[in-house]
Amino acid sequence: MPEAAAPRAGTHTISLTIDGAQRSVTIDPWTTLLDLLRGPLGKTGTKKGCDHGQCGACTVLIDGKRINSCLTLAVLKDGAEITTIEGLATGDDLHPMQEAFIEHDAFQCGYCTPGQICSAVGLVNEGHAHSRHEIRELMSGNICRCGAYTNIVDAVQSVLGENQKAPTP
Amino acid sequence: MMRFSYSRPQTVAQAAASLVADPSAQIIAGGTNLVDLMKYDVTRPGTVIDINGLDLRDIRVDGEGTLQLGALATNADTAYHPEVQSGWPLLSSAMLAAASPQLRNAATNGGNILQRTRCYYFYDPSTPCNKRRPGSGCGALHGVNRIHAILGESANCIAVHPSDMAVALAALDAVVTVEGPAGERQIPFDDFHRLPGDRPDLDNTMERGEIVTAISVPANGFGSHHTYLKLRDRQSYAFALVSVAAAIRLEGETIAELRVALGGVAHKPWRRKDVEAEFIGRPANRPTFEAFAQALMEGATGHGHNDFKLDLAPRAIVRALEQAHAGTPQNQAVKVVF
Repeated sequence: MPEAAAPRAGTHTISLTIDGAQRSVTIDPWTTLLDLLRGPLGKTGTKKGCDHGQCGACTVLIDGKRINSCLTLAVLKDGAEITTIEGLATGDDLHPMQEAFIEHDAFQCGYCTPGQICSAVGLVNEGHAHSRHEIRELMSGNICRCGAYTNIVDAVQSVLGENQKAPTP
Repeated sequence: MMRFSYSRPQTVAQAAASLVADPSAQIIAGGTNLVDLMKYDVTRPGTVIDINGLDLRDIRVDGEGTLQLGALATNADTAYHPEVQSGWPLLSSAMLAAASPQLRNAATNGGNILQRTRCYYFYDPSTPCNKRRPGSGCGALHGVNRIHAILGESANCIAVHPSDMAVALAALDAVVTVEGPAGERQIPFDDFHRLPGDRPDLDNTMERGEIVTAISVPANGFGSHHTYLKLRDRQSYAFALVSVAAAIRLEGETIAELRVALGGVAHKPWRRKDVEAEFIGRPANRPTFEAFAQALMEGATGHGHNDFKLDLAPRAIVRALEQAHAGTPQNQAVKVVF
């Protein structure tokens, strides 16, 4: 067995819990969390859209709260617990939000969907949405170019268990 | 993204010393603005100093009833904090009008007030910008300037400050605590951000080596008569074209105290305490609000594309004062403007 190469100067070794698995990685400080996930860690379920925090395709959950993984450096997240779209299901059992997106036909091309679903799970965790208006406002960080918004709100609302279908302005 | 080295100090003093030792170093907290600016090659720190290890996340009300916000508390934790929502609803509302849930979960209070302008020319290194590269000129002055300033600007810069939180903090007479090599000092909010003048590269009055550690907001949070009215190109997740933080204290139907700060119109939240003072004792009605709006707009000038703000801003001020007077603050989820 060849000896492991010593880390390059200027790199940093961090450990993360990603989708339930402990991972230790050595990275350059300019590596974004998104690029770490999609590159070295092979978690390509998380999508790169605008890469500037404007579209929400890269949304992941850190300690249960949603963030844009493109706008954080991986090195800042040493010790964090990260959940991506790939960690929501339990074996073959989909997460209720994933089921709801299928049930309500809440996507077309699917590119924004991992971010939409992670964001929606975060929205439920955060507990601030109680109406259709609030779902719309609190999902505003996720853009869907296909325009599946109406069905996305239906899916989120079904998981929230809200039945007061207020008229949409 | 360009390369940089990284350090993670454990104390404010260490962070301040690192800033002084390396003129190219910059602080990172939530990263939502700095990482974006580095990706666009607008800023090129040689070292990024990660202050997330510092103990500055507290949100509490102290013995004098002052709200004390740690610089590293997130915007979401601040806006949804029960004490903030009940005692300082104007601040909470303004913060929830800003950005997206993902950004509010990451962005910090210190970073919010230190965020850079969203001027297109500042963001595009192929164009001139006195803020990004002093002496190179201003692309916006004779360029596309519909988002730009109508008050307090100079021939060198017509950029606006993008923060919503800062507009509410200006109205609420907040104080910023900074700590640096010379120790700790308090900066009244109106003195924290600066007008561009001939140094648009300087957004604020902090000295090199100083770090924002806390923001305090006095006990009078105007709990009942307030509003944050934000007007923008789309109803969610967009920067303000014009925003108004308004608060009134009434004695009967007479104005006993009046606070109005504007966002989206100047290099800093725009507030005129001298104008507010003139309206104490006046009846709280639409003619008074219209007269106040005209007085607050004194000196406003358009630059072409942003001429519409000369009409939009006074109308927004009147509408905001009517909302504050009626005790019907703008709902940030239901977008109808009453």
